[in-house]
Amino acid sequence: MTTDMATDQASDLDRDSGSSAPSGDDTGFDQSAERRAVLKHRRGSRWAHWINFPLLTIMIYSGLRIYWADLRNPVGVGVGEWHLFDLFPDSVNEALGLERKLARGLAFHLTFGWLFAINGLAYTIYTLVTREWKQLKPGKGALKDSIGVILHDLHLRKEEPAHEGNYNAAQRITYSLIIFFGLVALLTGFAIYKPTQLSLLTNSLGGYEVARKIHFFVTIGFMAFFVIHILQVARAGFGNFWSMVTGYQLEPKKPESRSEKGQNK
Amino acid sequence: MNDDQNNNSTHDSTRNNGPDMTETMNEEAPKTISEAEFYRKSRRSFLVGGVTAAATAFGYRGLLNQEAAPGDNIPTTLRSGLEWNEDVWSRLFREGHTAPTYSPSQSSVLRVNGRHGIRSDIDLDAWELQVQGPDGEVWGTHQLSDIQALDRHEMIIEHKCVEGWSQITTWAGARFSDFADLYSDQGAADHKFVSFVTPDEDYFVGFDMPSALHEQTLLAYDMHGGPLDLDHGAPLRLATPLKYGIKHIKRIGSIQFTNEQPADFWASRGYSWYAGL
Repeated sequence: MTTDMATDQASDLDRDSGSSAPSGDDTGFDQSAERRAVLKHRRGSRWAHWINFPLLTIMIYSGLRIYWADLRNPVGVGVGEWHLFDLFPDSVNEALGLERKLARGLAFHLTFGWLFAINGLAYTIYTLVTREWKQLKPGKGALKDSIGVILHDLHLRKEEPAHEGNYNAAQRITYSLIIFFGLVALLTGFAIYKPTQLSLLTNSLGGYEVARKIHFFVTIGFMAFFVIHILQVARAGFGNFWSMVTGYQLEPKKPESRSEKGQNK
Repeated sequence: MNDDQNNNSTHDSTRNNGPDMTETMNEEAPKTISEAEFYRKSRRSFLVGGVTAAATAFGYRGLLNQEAAPGDNIPTTLRSGLEWNEDVWSRLFREGHTAPTYSPSQSSVLRVNGRHGIRSDIDLDAWELQVQGPDGEVWGTHQLSDIQALDRHEMIIEHKCVEGWSQITTWAGARFSDFADLYSDQGAADHKFVSFVTPDEDYFVGFDMPSALHEQTLLAYDMHGGPLDLDHGAPLRLATPLKYGIKHIKRIGSIQFTNEQPADFWASRGYSWYAGL
C-alpha cells in the first residue's frame, strides 16, 4: 500500500489518486486491486451541458414553429432557383406539429432564449476562469489531423487518431465551432428580435434578412451536430456517456499495468 | 459529502503550488479516483440526475398544461415571459433613436397580409376619425384633409411581420406626435397609452405613448408613391418601424388616449402586447 502510493506520487497525474486512498480505506477496499476512474468533465461543464440540452431543444423547436409561419419563401436545398426540396418538407412540418403555432413559438422562443443566453454566458465565463477552454482549443494542424480522425471513424483508415487530453483534433474543431455557433445564434437572434432598437447590431451583421438566414443556418448546424454527436457518443460507449454525468470514466482493465504494480511490490 | 472534505484536506499541497483559480477548481475534483469512489459518485449522480431530469420533465409538462388567463391564448408563465421582455425593451427605448431608412429603388408595394377590420363596406367620402379621451368622451372628429393639413413626412422603412417576412416600402403621412399636439389642451400626450380601432371595431391595437410619439410613427395616407388603396388601409392607417406589422392598423376609425393598457387584437391571441422591434 505504501509503496503503491509512493509510485503514484512520482507522476503529476497520479498525485491526486493519493487523495482517494483515505476514502478507499474507509470502505475497506484494497487499492492495489482497484481500477481507477479518470476525471473527464468538471462539474461546471457537466451542468452547463445538461442545462443546455433541453434549452437548445426548446429553442430549436419553437424556432421552427416561427419559421413555419411564413412558408411562402422557404429555404430550399438545390441549385439556384431549382430546389430538390424545401425546408422543411410538409411531412416533417406535420410530424413535428409546427403548423399554426406561431404565438406559442414566439412566446417559448423569447422566454427561454434568455435562459439559453445566461447558461451560455455562464459556461463561457466558467471555461475562461478555469482555463478549460484549453481542452477545446484546436492545436496547430488540427484541420489536417481532423481529416485523419474522420477517415478513421469511417473505417477508411486504421491508425488511431492522436489526442491530447480528452479530445482529438476533429472533436476540438467541432466543439469549438458549436460554442461559436451558440454566440452567432445569440447575436443574430437579438439582431432579428430588435432590428430597430439594436439597428447597429443588425446592420453590422448584414441587415435583417441576412441575419435571419444566418440564424436559420446556425440552427441547421445545431441539428447536424446533434445527429453526429449522438452517433459518436453511442459509438464511444456507455462509460464515455456516463462520464458527462459523473465527471469520471473508469479506466479499462489493463493486465500489464497490474503486473507493473506487482513488480513494485 | 464526507468524500469532498477528504479530497479538500488532502489537497492542501496542491493549493501551495499557486493561488490561481485553476488550482482552486482542481482541488474540488481530483484527477483520478478509486473504483469504489467512482461507483459512489455514480450512484449519487444517478440520483441527482434522475431527480433533476424528472423535475424538468414535470415542470415542462406543467407549463404545457397551464391554462391561459381569460382573454389570452398562451400559458400564464409564457405571458409573464413576454411581459418581462416588454419591460426590458421599453426601458431601453431611446426617444431619438431611429430605424434605418432605405433608398426609393428598394421600395415596393407592400404585400397584403391581413383583412381584419377592413372586410366591411366603407364610403370613403363619409369616413370620419373620432378622437376620445380616457373616459370615452369625444374630443373631436376629423376629415382626411385635417390630417393632410399637418406636415407631411415620408419614410422608406423595412416593414417586418411576426411571421418572419420583411419588405421595404415607402410611407407618407402625418406624424402621430403632430396629431396629438392638436389635443395638447387636453394633455393628450401625457397619457400612458393610445388605442386605435377600426370603424367596424373588428380590429384594434394598443400603443405605449413613447412609441406612438416617436418621429417615425405616422398616420399614413400614402404608400409607395400613391394614395392608400382599400386593401392597404385607406383612407388612414398606422405605419412605424418600431412595431411589427400587426400593430400597423388599417382603416383607423377612432383613436383614444387612455391610461389603461388598451385591448389588442393579436395580444389576446397569444402575441406580445408591446410587439416592439
